[in-house]
Amino acid sequence: MPHGADDAMRARRPAGALAWTRARLRNIAPFATLIFLVVFFSLASPSFVSTGNVANILTQVSVTGIMAVGLTFVILCAEIDLSVASVANATGIVVAFFTLQDASVSIANVPVAGWLAIAIALAACAGLGLVNAFGITRIGIPSFIMTLAMLQIGAGICALLVRGQIAYAVPPLIVTLGSKSLGPVPWIVVVAALVLLAGHLVLTYTRFGRYVYMVGGNREAAEYSGVNVRLIISAVMVISAVCSGVAGMLGVAYFGSAQQNEFDTYLLDSISAVVVGGTSLFGGQGGIGNTIIGLFVLGVLNNGLDHVNIDSFLKILIRGVILLVALVINVYAQRMRATSASADAG
Amino acid sequence: MAPLLELSGISKAFGGAVALRGIDFVLEPGEIHGLVGENGAGKSTLMKIIAGVHHGFGGTMRMGGQPVRFASPADALAAGIGMVHQELSAVGSLTVAENVYLGVQPTNRFGLVDWKAMLRGARAQLDSLGIDVDPRAEMGSLSLGVQQLIELSRVLFSGARIIILDEPTSALSPPEVERLFGVLRRLRDDGRSLIFISHFLDDVLAICDRVTVFRNGSKVAEAAAAEVDKHWLIDRMIGGAHGEISGGYTGEVVLDSRPEAAVVLATEGLGRTGAYQDISLRVRAGEVLGIYGYLGAGQLDLARALFGKVPAQRGRISIDGRQVALTSTARARAAGMAFVPESRRSMLFAQEPVFKNISISILRRIARLLLRPAAERAIAERHAASLNIRPPQVDRPLGSLSGGNQQKVALARWLTHLPRVLVLSEPTRGMDVGAKDDVVRIIRALRAHGIGIIVVSAEPETVLSLADRILVMKKGRVVHEFAGVAVSKDRLLAAA
Repeated sequence: MPHGADDAMRARRPAGALAWTRARLRNIAPFATLIFLVVFFSLASPSFVSTGNVANILTQVSVTGIMAVGLTFVILCAEIDLSVASVANATGIVVAFFTLQDASVSIANVPVAGWLAIAIALAACAGLGLVNAFGITRIGIPSFIMTLAMLQIGAGICALLVRGQIAYAVPPLIVTLGSKSLGPVPWIVVVAALVLLAGHLVLTYTRFGRYVYMVGGNREAAEYSGVNVRLIISAVMVISAVCSGVAGMLGVAYFGSAQQNEFDTYLLDSISAVVVGGTSLFGGQGGIGNTIIGLFVLGVLNNGLDHVNIDSFLKILIRGVILLVALVINVYAQRMRATSASADAG
Repeated sequence: MAPLLELSGISKAFGGAVALRGIDFVLEPGEIHGLVGENGAGKSTLMKIIAGVHHGFGGTMRMGGQPVRFASPADALAAGIGMVHQELSAVGSLTVAENVYLGVQPTNRFGLVDWKAMLRGARAQLDSLGIDVDPRAEMGSLSLGVQQLIELSRVLFSGARIIILDEPTSALSPPEVERLFGVLRRLRDDGRSLIFISHFLDDVLAICDRVTVFRNGSKVAEAAAAEVDKHWLIDRMIGGAHGEISGGYTGEVVLDSRPEAAVVLATEGLGRTGAYQDISLRVRAGEVLGIYGYLGAGQLDLARALFGKVPAQRGRISIDGRQVALTSTARARAAGMAFVPESRRSMLFAQEPVFKNISISILRRIARLLLRPAAERAIAERHAASLNIRPPQVDRPLGSLSGGNQQKVALARWLTHLPRVLVLSEPTRGMDVGAKDDVVRIIRALRAHGIGIIVVSAEPETVLSLADRILVMKKGRVVHEFAGVAVSKDRLLAAA
């Protein structure tokens, strides 16, 4: 028996390296892309590789990063949340709405203590997440449609609260975390790192995290195993909304203002970060590690394109093409893993 | 004159497995010809050859004396052979008329669908079969029996002279069966020929002119239906000596129910429209209750209800004497139920390692908040050793294991913290003999631990080899109970 197994190993070895690569394409491709981009921009622009610019990139991806943590949970469950940017915007505006604004701002706001404003804002985004969860798990609306509706509702909340105006003041804690630095490191980078770390720990080391992977890997099997699938999906929708809310509050401080539509580009960015990083759109494969790589790919790309002399209108197209390529790799990685698994069985 | 359809020496093998051995079969014009035999006896394979689904086969097939060989079902249909499958291919959201004309919608001179012609044609078509249905009605809103008749009319409409019906009565109520038979007789009197495949021997004897019996890929008997009875057919189906049944089971089993043990699961009048009605059963500690029925008899739906996957609409369930509401799988699990569905794919995570597949249903017990992978692996390795799971490496992806070993993993999931009641749906389907023996051994060991076990199957051998008591289901109802008596396969088949 050991002898036979040995023979089988030897016979498979030439194909082994290829099979190993194929099974891990999901993780290798984003990493290779990141290295390629870093090398390319380093050669193309001397200013790209300065310490200051690395800090720049980190700061630029922080808001997206916090949002992408929640989205990673959602996409691992084979669902989607299109309302992340909208919920972020609404939460940022809610926290400003409950903060005393300068007399020049003509918003009928309700100033309360800073901690209370933050608590209300967190409750608001969690509430929006619960509405998403209810619609998806209890009523049975596909998450794509449910969160599309929530995207509009979030925009509506923004519009109602600021009525086309711009608010500037947010509670001091938010100002610190969003726009001040801890020594040389911006607080927003610290917060993003902590949220990413927390997300990773939850997904890797907790029972809940295991359930998230199992629900995404095979929902029916999870149900037949006695896992409360609806509860898990509800939880990831709320986690996503709360991450978005935190990103929204810090983002408002980072931008220095709270207004309508200021997070619009973050929807595509956060979804791109998760998918470019290699988390499977079909659920069950990937994780925060992938999301971090995806964030850096997007961050380096956006930042690097500013450093080389390129038509700023072309940048939009380039980002779209990168996303498309990532989607192609994502789908291929899924297929190759499936074939290499079944070849193993045969 | 040459017969309408004549097969001689038809053989077919899938890989190494021989499915058909030198079959001769003749179909005359204007006859209804019944085909009976156990699952895997070869009747479906033969029909698929006739209907053009399988093409690589040995032997010759003639229609009206001319040799024919079909490359596809469309090819067979063009030659006048149509098939009505057990799983209807009707589109529920379309109207009756659209279904009748599926794929061949009439168009007007602008290339648009000619709705008027379609309605007129469909109505004429249905009237000619005596089916009184509004062609504008939505297909999905009609009963299964009516949908089947419409499907039949669609096959007829596409010009079939020979129609193959696969288990047409399995989902029908007695009045619907009568209605179907009326239509079939009318077709026969019009000179069409029908092949009627069914497990329901009473139905076969009621409608067919001739009957052919298959066993293990061979044709073992052919007779005029009027000259034989049900027991004659069963004898031929399972072999005269009752001794050559594949799978190892021979002769009678004496059922040993345990009336002294406590009842762990009881149901009262469980029902779900279109699936099962009025199911009241009891399972005792340390008892294996077998539920036998043909495919579509409702036993699979019942099993799902007991695990909260598709809850019953009526009736009560109690575990250890306490009434429980099994409205979700998580609740059923918490109440002490466990379930292994008939399809491994719907129970297992192919891309995840074996140990995660085993630990998923007991994570609640071994991990409060944080996972303990070492403990998970240790438990999985213990089961891999005791259940003889091959290969025993618990870090391999589950998808790389063979089917029988996957089934053992599915069972292992419930062995660490025993449930009160374990429901197994087709626990040995598609397994080789060695794996089957292992599964039987596991189930016996579980019974010895005093849990209540329900084995649901459409294969007589499975329930006979495992059960202490057997309920027979037919069209959604329990029609017979074997307890404390000797039972054999022919008695089981006769009851269903």
